[in-house]
Amino acid sequence: MVRTQKRKLKKGLGVGYCALIYLFLFLPIAVIITNSFNATTSKPYMTWKGFTFDWYIKLFDNSALLDSFGNTILIAVCSTVLATCIGTLAAVGMYRYRFRGKGVIDALLYIPVVIPEIVLGIALLTLFAKTSIPRGILSLVLAHTTFSIPFVVFNIRARLTGYDNSVEEASMDLGAGKVETFFRITVPILAPAIGGGALLAFTLSIDDVIISYFTNGQTKTFPLKVMESIKSGVSPDVNALSTLILAGTTLLVILTQSNLFKRRK
Amino acid sequence: MVMKTKKGAAISIATMVSPVTLWMAFFIAIPLLYVAVMSFCGTDENYNVVFRLTLENYRRLLDPSYLQIYMQSILIAFLTTAFCILLGYPFAFLIARTKSRKKALLYMLVIIPFWTNSLIRIYGWRTFLSASGMLNTLLMKLNLIDTQIDFLYNIGTTVFGMVYCLFPFMILPLYTAIEKLDINLLEASSDLGARGASTFFHIILPLTASGIFSGSIMVFIPALGYFFVADILGGGNSDVIGNLIERQFQSGNNWPLGAALSMILIGITLLLVKLYQKCGGDMESLGV
Repeated sequence: MVRTQKRKLKKGLGVGYCALIYLFLFLPIAVIITNSFNATTSKPYMTWKGFTFDWYIKLFDNSALLDSFGNTILIAVCSTVLATCIGTLAAVGMYRYRFRGKGVIDALLYIPVVIPEIVLGIALLTLFAKTSIPRGILSLVLAHTTFSIPFVVFNIRARLTGYDNSVEEASMDLGAGKVETFFRITVPILAPAIGGGALLAFTLSIDDVIISYFTNGQTKTFPLKVMESIKSGVSPDVNALSTLILAGTTLLVILTQSNLFKRRK
Repeated sequence: MVMKTKKGAAISIATMVSPVTLWMAFFIAIPLLYVAVMSFCGTDENYNVVFRLTLENYRRLLDPSYLQIYMQSILIAFLTTAFCILLGYPFAFLIARTKSRKKALLYMLVIIPFWTNSLIRIYGWRTFLSASGMLNTLLMKLNLIDTQIDFLYNIGTTVFGMVYCLFPFMILPLYTAIEKLDINLLEASSDLGARGASTFFHIILPLTASGIFSGSIMVFIPALGYFFVADILGGGNSDVIGNLIERQFQSGNNWPLGAALSMILIGITLLLVKLYQKCGGDMESLGV
């Protein structure tokens, strides 16, 4: 009797603790969503003045904000495509062959993962300034591709351990060329890992603040637009856009990963 | 024939690996070397970088006001790491060992908040904690306080914000390490008469230490550079090394000094990564 009670208490404490941690993680998001319905019109938009949908309508008149969001998506798409192509080739090539200088490439790949983002940000800034690469969409795409490549490589590499080479050999024995084998055998087998890497690259890109902050020139991405508005108070239309983005991504994941909520036992 | 396969392999290696090599050389190696060189340069009256070998920037790094900020930054990073471990370990343990069918969902719920931009979430905390914010309103309504408390703008709130931003980087490696734990070992330990605490310190903790190590690396190092958290929640009273660098590259406009300050972060990173490898840490587990 005492024992089951004790176990129940333990379980209750565990559930309570997890609930507190989730509260900690989600509370600022609740604040963002709440404030997107805040009727206040005076800076810094922190006190509650009643409920309104106005900000969701006003949002579509704020062209600077919408442009920054457009830039964010454009940069994320371009850098994800680039990083995924370069990263996939690199992961497979480095797994399959031994060659001189492999350790150096590995070391270079670890740098963006461990080094503070600000160091990479200023390093790229000095490079763009020195080489006169125009700072804007182009420099942002180059910078985002740079920090995304390692994550794509490592994601695919994790999947490659235990990868069966014989399928590729069979394909070549049957007369397919190297290029054909790569696209018709290797890539389809690795598709989940490549997809996972690409998703990670995309997420890193749309959320990046620090590296973009140093390499953007005059171009604003959505996070940089937020940063700019923080001094005077983030207006509720920014919250409204954030709420829409969160709703969009959550919906996307529920639709694509529905097995997460059902099949798993 | 041998020649041909060798040549074929060389072509394959070249096509697959040269894009990444060139890219990483141009966008990682060269810029970082350039920063290292720049840290020994000076500026002219128009704030342009001038190439002349000088140790002036490194001398300025020893300025007492800077030394104080390094200490403060290291303290903030240390506290952030400690809180992430203390809060994160039991949590990661509970979700990794749950028998509930919702395990994957519980895991996803740790990631979902990070789809909303980190700046705006930190700003959400500022809104919540500010003098006229929701927490004060709530506490007043409950009659727990009668005057507004300003929770913001001190080292405590900066650490709080850092913990918030970096929490998943601790949870994910911990979760992976704890999930790998063999349940039989725990049962064997208790069958042999070990108490809960003893099992924890002699079996569970050593076996999951790798997760704590990689989590600590992924939390401590970024915490030295997250200048925007110190800006938004610390209000300039709890700067980290990142703030010093940011200022030199933006308003201060002294890039060589900023480069020298960055060398401190590079140095600390190298040192910690070496230490991590010495402790048997695996670089691969730092990947995500």
